[in-house]
Amino acid sequence: MNIKKYLKVYSYFNYSSFSIELEYKINLFIDLLTSILGLIGSVFLLSIFFSNTEEIGGWNFNQALIIQGIYTILNGVTNTWFNPNLKEIVNYIREGTLDYVLLKPIDSQFWISFKRISPTGLIEIFLGFFVISYCFYLNKISLNIWSSIILIITLICSISILYSLWFLISTTTIWFVKTWNATEVLRSFLYMGRFPMDSFSFSLRIFFSTVIPITFITTIPSEVLLGLSPAWKIILEVIVSMTFLIFSRRFWKFALRFYTSASS
Amino acid sequence: MTNLSIYKLSTLFKTQYANMLEYRAEIALWAISGVIPFFMLNIWTNNGLNESINISNVMLSRYFLSAFFVRQFSVVWVVFTFEEDALLGKVSPYLIQPLHPFMRYFAQHIAEQITRFPFALFIASFFFIFNPQSLWIPSLFTITISVISTFFSFLIQFLMQSIIASFCFWTEKASSIEKLLFIPTLFLSGLLAPVSSFPSYVKSWIYLTPFPYLIDLPANILSGNQVNIIEGIFIQFLWIILFFSIFKKVWKSGTKKFTAMGL
Repeated sequence: MNIKKYLKVYSYFNYSSFSIELEYKINLFIDLLTSILGLIGSVFLLSIFFSNTEEIGGWNFNQALIIQGIYTILNGVTNTWFNPNLKEIVNYIREGTLDYVLLKPIDSQFWISFKRISPTGLIEIFLGFFVISYCFYLNKISLNIWSSIILIITLICSISILYSLWFLISTTTIWFVKTWNATEVLRSFLYMGRFPMDSFSFSLRIFFSTVIPITFITTIPSEVLLGLSPAWKIILEVIVSMTFLIFSRRFWKFALRFYTSASS
Repeated sequence: MTNLSIYKLSTLFKTQYANMLEYRAEIALWAISGVIPFFMLNIWTNNGLNESINISNVMLSRYFLSAFFVRQFSVVWVVFTFEEDALLGKVSPYLIQPLHPFMRYFAQHIAEQITRFPFALFIASFFFIFNPQSLWIPSLFTITISVISTFFSFLIQFLMQSIIASFCFWTEKASSIEKLLFIPTLFLSGLLAPVSSFPSYVKSWIYLTPFPYLIDLPANILSGNQVNIIEGIFIQFLWIILFFSIFKKVWKSGTKKFTAMGL
């Protein structure tokens, strides 16, 4: 693995996709509006919940807003890096162009996962950080170095889990060819990451911590911010994310053995 | 003349239905992705949020199940298909045919809904296994009215998206406008929370928009909640007429602007 080479290739990827995206300037503006409206909508929904009660699942409004912020950041990450790339896998496999990717002297998973970047998600990441910093004020949080390191670690773990989930589903394309809607299913489940996991019933909480580990993705980083997370949860999150990353890598290698080009 | 168009339409529906059946696995997955109302229901009842808006647990679960059904049969994706067809140059041959291109998309949507029906029933039966106390059988009258109202909701959304799709003649990437419009549809239609739970500063103007007529109205009719049926369906009808006339105008000026792509 030559890190320098990969970094260079990655900067070329970014350059080319930015120039593609900037062709549609009005689109960028519409996407900005969409992200802002989406955030207002979710906060509106939260406010409906909290107009009837002081707290849901032990979280008050100001605390639940942190989850909203973390969700917005992670959704932005998904829309910037994961979604535009992994949507393309379907085309690679349907049209048989995965051949060309596999022939290149570069790791195929790297190529597939990082080829495109969509600046519209960056707006969401920015909005998410804005919400979080407002929450700092609302909840009177003061971060020391130690807790900010843990926060960064948990966020990296969340992003790894998210990436692995997207990549795992996209990998199944090799067998099923059309999996756009499978990603839709994932998307609708991930949507529930906007709410504190404690607000769901016990059985759903089990579902969201095992089958689709949404608990690890948004709730634990928010708990870290509030200083409510016990050490075992953080360690568990690190273990879960490592397992997911390794598994998704293995699964991709395994799936490639079943790849039988298309057309030509 | 009418015989011919009936023949054309029925052939169109049959071929599209066969086409959709081929993608039944896709459609099943898509049906599963519509389970969000059930998760929302879980938050509502698990935290006792419904007590203050005077809806019992049973009525609320019926509401969200109905919202699930209404959403299943009013999902519209015409703008995405049309955008792809426009970019690939498929629209040109469609325009020459003696049939409005949107009839084809309309038939696709209807065929997809028929394919989706058994899957939606299957998911609903799961819901009743977990919530047996909320099982109810609406009267034939209620079912008929709510089917009509759901179809109207579908028509409103289909026409709104067709208007946006016609912008493809000018901008190429019209689907981002649709994504923008989807946000108010998601939050104001009643899919995530019944409109009756909205704060009064929203309720005061929301009924002037088409959004509560997309999910909240048909879902309330189906679940048997208190709602003014005649007024609601009449307003749905007005929105359909309004959007239809806008669509006709936009389409007319769009086709004049049309420059063939691809081919």
